[in-house]
Amino acid sequence: MAAPRSDRSPWNWLLLIPIAIPLIPALYNAVEPRLFGIPLFYWLQLAFILLGVATTTVVYRMTRSRR
Amino acid sequence: MSTEIVVFAVLFLVVSGMGFVAARWRRANDLASLHEWGLGGRSFGSWITWFLVGGDLYTAYTFVAVPALLFGAGATGFFALPYTVVTYPLVFLVMIRLWSVSHVHGLVTPADFVRARFGSPTLALLVAITGIVATMPYIALQLVGIEAVLKTMGVRGDLPLIIAFAILAAYTYQSGLRAPALIAFVKDSLIYLVILVAVIYIPSKLGGWGAIFDAAQAKFDATPAPGDGILLNSNNQLQYVTLALGSAMALFLYPHSVTGVLAAKGRDVIKRNMSALPAYSLLLGLIALLGYMAIAAGIKPIGTDVNTVVPQLFDTMFPDWFAGVAFAAIGIGALVPAAIMSIAAANLFTRNIYREYIRPDATDAQEASVSKMASLVVKVGAVLCILLIDPQFSIDLQLIGGVIILQTLPSVALGLFGRWFHRAGLIAGWIAGMGAGLVMLYTIANPATKHAHFGGSAFPLEKLGLDTKMTVYAGFLALAVNLIVAVLGTLLARAVKMAEGPDATRPEDYVADREDPRVHDLEVAGSS
Repeated sequence: MAAPRSDRSPWNWLLLIPIAIPLIPALYNAVEPRLFGIPLFYWLQLAFILLGVATTTVVYRMTRSRR
Repeated sequence: MSTEIVVFAVLFLVVSGMGFVAARWRRANDLASLHEWGLGGRSFGSWITWFLVGGDLYTAYTFVAVPALLFGAGATGFFALPYTVVTYPLVFLVMIRLWSVSHVHGLVTPADFVRARFGSPTLALLVAITGIVATMPYIALQLVGIEAVLKTMGVRGDLPLIIAFAILAAYTYQSGLRAPALIAFVKDSLIYLVILVAVIYIPSKLGGWGAIFDAAQAKFDATPAPGDGILLNSNNQLQYVTLALGSAMALFLYPHSVTGVLAAKGRDVIKRNMSALPAYSLLLGLIALLGYMAIAAGIKPIGTDVNTVVPQLFDTMFPDWFAGVAFAAIGIGALVPAAIMSIAAANLFTRNIYREYIRPDATDAQEASVSKMASLVVKVGAVLCILLIDPQFSIDLQLIGGVIILQTLPSVALGLFGRWFHRAGLIAGWIAGMGAGLVMLYTIANPATKHAHFGGSAFPLEKLGLDTKMTVYAGFLALAVNLIVAVLGTLLARAVKMAEGPDATRPEDYVADREDPRVHDLEVAGSS
């Protein structure tokens, strides 16, 4: 019988980044610098989506089941 | 005006009719597909899961209400964005465990899991009731989205709304989850099209993004309200963060989210979706900014109903035919989540109340027919909510829904990772958290809507005797109360040696994947 399966992986710690960063208003609660006229508050939070996609994709690829 | 109504009506009828016919056609000719769509045999792969869960979580109401929040109060309304960014990494490791244990033990609802894990029908009943109560106003709110569109097109009376929901009821009764999964595809394509056009075309007509934000700034500067503005202030930052985090934790406790996730084919499908679903968050963030575009365009809501600002904006800025397309996108967008929500609520009733308490020896056929009826009753209840009660009341109920569904987190989400809690402690925690949450919500007034109670979810900390003007999300505090009582209750129950409930699950059940022989397919949809 194969070794017992587990969800444990050091890669999982990466998931903390997109959870913590968007919850720190000090990082984005400002108007300047603007991007295409959009205040920092809005464009940086939109950019956090990319951060979330990137980290979850990395964790998915590194932890998916091998066939 | 009439072009709009014609385009709206044709699209709405063609799309919902298409889902209805497609589901029947597959049923008649293609058994393999019947399993695919009924969730009986084969489950959903990555693409369908993406459309189903996405269509389920990002509802018509979201598309109407989030911009309305920015229109009214500014930056605080943008919490919806961090909320939907944080939620996927947060539940990434949680939902795969729920998928595994559910497929090993044939569990369909969150309450089923609690029943198996803690061996307590009472705790499962509390979780089931919480889920049903939290979902009902959510379904009603989908109607608020349709209503806002109808109002803007100048359609008066209740009949169109009733027809829209009769269509919904007919096709869920007939085809279970198959039809919404199919329509979700069309709905999302329409919404993506409308929003992409909106965020390119509307700013170009309003003088660019800079001018839009300047107009919003000017509007908030002119109002006496202290909490609004295009940035957060020192008093509402804590509220912003706790509301985003609390909503993120609540999202996947809702029974309809669980239904969508359990319909997935395997653990990898869920993981892949957790990284692909944020594509919808981008859409949501852009939609939110429609609220500021409405300010810059000088849009006035119809009466006091701020949910009409986005339909009004489309009506003003777009040519008639495209406004019709946009309205159809919102209308069809309401049907998909409403269908999934009513199926999820019906499953809770059938499995955790009917079979547990009313007729334990029910056959599969009886269960399926009760489930179908329950899903009808839930929908009729939602229609009555909208017709008989002030829509604002549904919005308040939805607010309460988020706070109360969070109270199932210790039993459902923490229960997936360990069994330290005693069932009696969890029940005590649920009661305490629920009580604290409702008391806090009751004391929150909203001067803007002239509501003395249940006026919002921002609880002022000064009411606890703290010398501050800061506010915090009421659900967050209620969850803290819940957890503290659950811990104390568990210690107490162990001290007096109260009986532990039997745990039907084993540690390896939580990591089983598709190829595992213990994994069985689930019948998630109530009808087949």
